[in-house]
Amino acid sequence: ILDRASINRMRVSVCVSLKQRNLEGYVGFANLPNQVYRKSVKRGFEFTLMVVGESGLGKSTLINSLFLTDLYSKDYPGPSQRIKKTVQVEQSKVLIKEGGVQLTLTIVDTPGFGDAVDNSNCWQPVINYIDSKCEDFLNAESRVNRRSMPDNRVHCCLYFIAPSGHGLKPLDIEFMKRLHDKVNVIPLIAKADTLTPEECQLFKKQIMKEIQEHKIKIYEFPDTEDDDDNKLIRKIKEKMPLAVVGSNVVIEVNGKKVRGRQYPWGVAEVENGEHCDFTVLRNMLIRTHMQDLKDVTNNVHYENYRSKKLAAVTCNGVDTSKTKGQLTKSPLAQMEEERREHVMKMKKMEAEMEQVFEMKVKEKKQKLKDSEAELERRHEQMKRNLEAQYKELEEKRRVFEEEKANWEAQQRILEQQKLDASKTMEKNKKKGKIF
Amino acid sequence: HSPLVFSSHNSSGGSTLLGYIGIDTIIEQMRKKTMKTGFDFNIMVVGHSGLGKSTLVNTLFKSHVSRKSAGWARDEKIPKTVEIKAVSHVIEEGGVKMKLTVVDTPGFGDQINNDNCWEPISKYINEQYEKFLKEEVNITRKKRIPDTRVHCCIYFISPTGHFLRQLDTEFMKRLSHSVNIIPVIAKADTMTLEERQEFKQRVRKELEVSGIEFYPQKEFDEDMEDKSDNDKIREAMPFAVVGSDKEYQVNGKRVLGRKTAWGIVEVENPNHCEFAQLRDFLIRSHLQDLKEVTHNIHYETYRAKRLNENGGLHPISSSDTQESNL
Repeated sequence: ILDRASINRMRVSVCVSLKQRNLEGYVGFANLPNQVYRKSVKRGFEFTLMVVGESGLGKSTLINSLFLTDLYSKDYPGPSQRIKKTVQVEQSKVLIKEGGVQLTLTIVDTPGFGDAVDNSNCWQPVINYIDSKCEDFLNAESRVNRRSMPDNRVHCCLYFIAPSGHGLKPLDIEFMKRLHDKVNVIPLIAKADTLTPEECQLFKKQIMKEIQEHKIKIYEFPDTEDDDDNKLIRKIKEKMPLAVVGSNVVIEVNGKKVRGRQYPWGVAEVENGEHCDFTVLRNMLIRTHMQDLKDVTNNVHYENYRSKKLAAVTCNGVDTSKTKGQLTKSPLAQMEEERREHVMKMKKMEAEMEQVFEMKVKEKKQKLKDSEAELERRHEQMKRNLEAQYKELEEKRRVFEEEKANWEAQQRILEQQKLDASKTMEKNKKKGKIF
Repeated sequence: HSPLVFSSHNSSGGSTLLGYIGIDTIIEQMRKKTMKTGFDFNIMVVGHSGLGKSTLVNTLFKSHVSRKSAGWARDEKIPKTVEIKAVSHVIEEGGVKMKLTVVDTPGFGDQINNDNCWEPISKYINEQYEKFLKEEVNITRKKRIPDTRVHCCIYFISPTGHFLRQLDTEFMKRLSHSVNIIPVIAKADTMTLEERQEFKQRVRKELEVSGIEFYPQKEFDEDMEDKSDNDKIREAMPFAVVGSDKEYQVNGKRVLGRKTAWGIVEVENPNHCEFAQLRDFLIRSHLQDLKEVTHNIHYETYRAKRLNENGGLHPISSSDTQESNL
């Protein structure tokens, strides 16, 4: 997982390897920033801002105050004016022009967040929205024709904390924990005119303590090389989370026209640094760090999403260098991974071979069994044949015996007859003589 | 009217006295008695954390009677379930002693899933009724039954400026029939006066639509005078309040307030917030009425329900109670 620190280290390591050379005349590439500037101005800028918080925390009013427009006006009331049963994610686009620079501002609102009795998983629609925008960008990036790549990714998420004065609610902690590695989270204390200055200080300290306790990574301002800028940045960091008040109503105070909220006891001025941190937020969000927010979204959050997504898609055997390039894996890790892959491949082949062998053995066995059965059958048949023949023979023999017996009987009779005949002849002879 | 020898009837039906008897001294006698015995008042505060409940109770009774002052640290963790914590103090004013019990409900509405977070509260309220009922039903009763029943429940509405939250309506719907609910808009210094009016209208309409009867309930108005008084109060409810226990100097006077960079919010200034109205209503005019409504109506409802259940109150002699309801 990338984070800002590791990217900075890589940048530094690249710069160190180049030697600085001195020029002998004016070449003119100092004009490069102007060219970049002119090109960008022509192209126009896009920025997507998401606001999350329970209804009634002044999100719509703050957006109107930040961009000095009536994104949510009386005719088109903000989402919080409409009662929602489930968390919706709504986006509204606005084109703002100032000094020749065009900004396509997309505001993503989440009405219904934290308003129900049971708010479990009310962050899920928000996460789904952010992921779907990253996915759209990923698909657009991977296409063959990349002429137009609209950047709808959420660049910044303003999370509104209710000004209870005590600490973060479980819902706040849960939400920020789940979104801090998907989008730049900037926590704000809403309706800050509820708190006195001391209460505000205590509240901010308590919130920062809890944020550190739960290891929530909110958006960090980058350190610059300029010392003055760094001082400013440090001052801003001390004020985090920013306590804001929003209003577009113009009131006259001491002859001056200011935007503020009129109370019976005074006017809370929106743009007064002593009253709230609205100017700090506006300057940071629009005037100084808008580009940085986009960069961090692109380099850190989007890359994290992309690597997670693509790592899940690729399987064994596919070239892993396609997914991340050389930036993330050190050579050792890559070797280790390749080795592991190879071992796995071998194992797979071995398993396959064993399988084939097993199959063949089974086949052979089957065949042998079949032929054995065949032989058995034939043997049986032959036996039966034999028996049949034997029986036949027996039969023939019996018949023959019978015949023999008959013939013998006949022979005996004949013998007897012959004997009788000869006896009678004898008798006759004797008789004849006597006479 | 028992006809007295010294009286004569007149046409309006009342008897005019012909001399001073001294019946009106009964008020004085009652007063003396009450001062001696003192009385109990139990107030419950409900609302999710950070709405200024403890501060408001401290401001109401102008002393540190809330749980917060009884040693609760600022960064105490939000409890995982709704807890009921009762803190009692005895405060005295003008010779009258009051045993004030503040029942706090930390953890209400603070979780991610707040389903049924009103149940511990409902259970506590019913337990107090049960305790009282048991004492009442005893054969040998105490002379003065200790009254721990919740007389009044102040429900804190978050000043979103838009609508009531779902949790608010759920809670009030379920508990408005067992306890007197007084909804207040907390941290009213969040809203400008116009926003406050709009919000109040919307909240009142929503309460009406949901059929939530908050105190003073319309059905318990006894006579025309009560009705007109209570109507005025009902029009102004829910009160938008600000609480504070710090004092500041304003125009030479020391007032309770909140100091912001653009001015001081005076708690007792009726132009700034309606705290003074709430205090007068709660303490100076309707304190006894709250106790009476709790005793005569809510407690009786509970008692009737309980005695009509199978088994009655003494499970030992079950054969008796199945026929007769005690």
